[in-house]
Amino acid sequence: MTEEIDWIARSGAKAKGRRPEYLDSPFEERMLSMMMALIGEVSVLRERLDTVERLLEDGGSISRADIESYAPDLEVGKDRNRIIREYIARVMRGVQQDMEALAELEPPIADVIAEMARAR
Amino acid sequence: MSANDVPPPYTAVERHGMFPDVSHDEAARFNFLAGLNRYLSGAIGAGNKLAYDRRVVPAFQTEHSREPADRHEVRRAMNGDNWHRFWSACKRNSMEMRQQNGRSLVLRQLDDLDARARSFNDGANTLQLDSNVAVPRYQAAVDIHCMPGSYHGEERPGDVSAGANYDCGIFATTGGALGALNDGGGQAVAAWAKAQRPDWRPKRILDIGCTVGHNAVPIARAFPDAEVIAIDTAAPSLRYGHARARSLGADNMLFRQMSGEDLSEFADASFDWVQTTMFLHELSMKALPKILAEAARVLKPGGLLFHIEQPEYGPEMPLFEQSMRDWDAYNNNEPFWSAMHALDMKEEMAKAGFPRDRQFTVGVKAVVDEKIFPPSPTGAQEDYGRAAVWNAYGGWKPE
Repeated sequence: MTEEIDWIARSGAKAKGRRPEYLDSPFEERMLSMMMALIGEVSVLRERLDTVERLLEDGGSISRADIESYAPDLEVGKDRNRIIREYIARVMRGVQQDMEALAELEPPIADVIAEMARAR
Repeated sequence: MSANDVPPPYTAVERHGMFPDVSHDEAARFNFLAGLNRYLSGAIGAGNKLAYDRRVVPAFQTEHSREPADRHEVRRAMNGDNWHRFWSACKRNSMEMRQQNGRSLVLRQLDDLDARARSFNDGANTLQLDSNVAVPRYQAAVDIHCMPGSYHGEERPGDVSAGANYDCGIFATTGGALGALNDGGGQAVAAWAKAQRPDWRPKRILDIGCTVGHNAVPIARAFPDAEVIAIDTAAPSLRYGHARARSLGADNMLFRQMSGEDLSEFADASFDWVQTTMFLHELSMKALPKILAEAARVLKPGGLLFHIEQPEYGPEMPLFEQSMRDWDAYNNNEPFWSAMHALDMKEEMAKAGFPRDRQFTVGVKAVVDEKIFPPSPTGAQEDYGRAAVWNAYGGWKPE
């Protein structure tokens, strides 16, 4: 482990160059940053659990060193990345459905209700 | 695209002698980020075009009674669209997360990485650093790729953190499309040269702006009888790159700290091949002509000039695509990307002394082990600016 540098603090250093503004307020910007970091960490936990499950299936008893050195073969690695893909699709559902909504300019539901109520 | 179209696991990346030790969770973070980037550009990237066609253009037409006239009008109009704004915010965060993960992986073991680098570098005459080489303004203005410290930053004097972070995280943004050593570009260049002139035996090759040398090593390995001189202005990247190349057995390479703007240490007509790979877009309008002119000057008659870049924004490229390709300029600290891709490279090379009638443009695709590393998606799924499909602007210098 690196001795002289606070590597945790330095890992998150800001890159030089003003950050663009994307959302309506700085609070939203930072809530999104926090949420995306959390989304990433849940994925990491899920993958770690998958590793534990696979090692237990193979061996019965495992150590942390077994987990750290685990390297899936290509097929298993891609299975795990498919799980990530499915997970991302789940957390990004709202953005993806907004995209689908862009493809079809839909009337408000009240208009549809009014249409159904009309006798002709 | 099928549900199984996913990147390979991060653990498939080759562990050369300078590669950091990667913990389970660090690999898992890169797996997540590779999947996230693939999702943003692939699964929902098409939302940008939908927003453009359905909302942005109609609103622009209502306001201006015409369509957007250039990529900048497209960009500004897109930046007012809620869907595109949220997509961009997610993408920017994914770039920042990639940097934090790469840096924490590297910095926690920097003592060991620096020691490993010293074991390859100390006393080697194939690494020549020069503290008189200044960090050019085009590198110092902002941190390229939102990479804290860019290519030249140091956490302490003499370290390799910048190079190690750059190398270990390329996977996350390309989803493995550059192969096990991130060298699909360099491999493609070497394969192209061998296919073009099977009997060609270049003796002296110059790679300008080599960063960690990942695209120069495949050239050195493909032409073991040649001397490959790889130059860059960033000492931390060169320290790492030299050690990395030695660990891979590329012993016919010399890494020198030098600016491509001033190659006065090299005589006219002293190289058989001058190469840049995804470098020109990281310069400036002041530096580019100087570097092109120096590249043409040091090349021998009959020699090969080869510049690999993303496709230029010609009149046939739709403004929407130009605007999306500009995303990295405005959102990922690539300040010359936009102006550079708007240039007519053949014209620039001609002005720099390389005759237009001896130039060619050729498409180049990353050469990787496709059993493991997938080709990058193109067309509607393309991650503009990151796809491992390039244009080469080159030429054989007249005898």
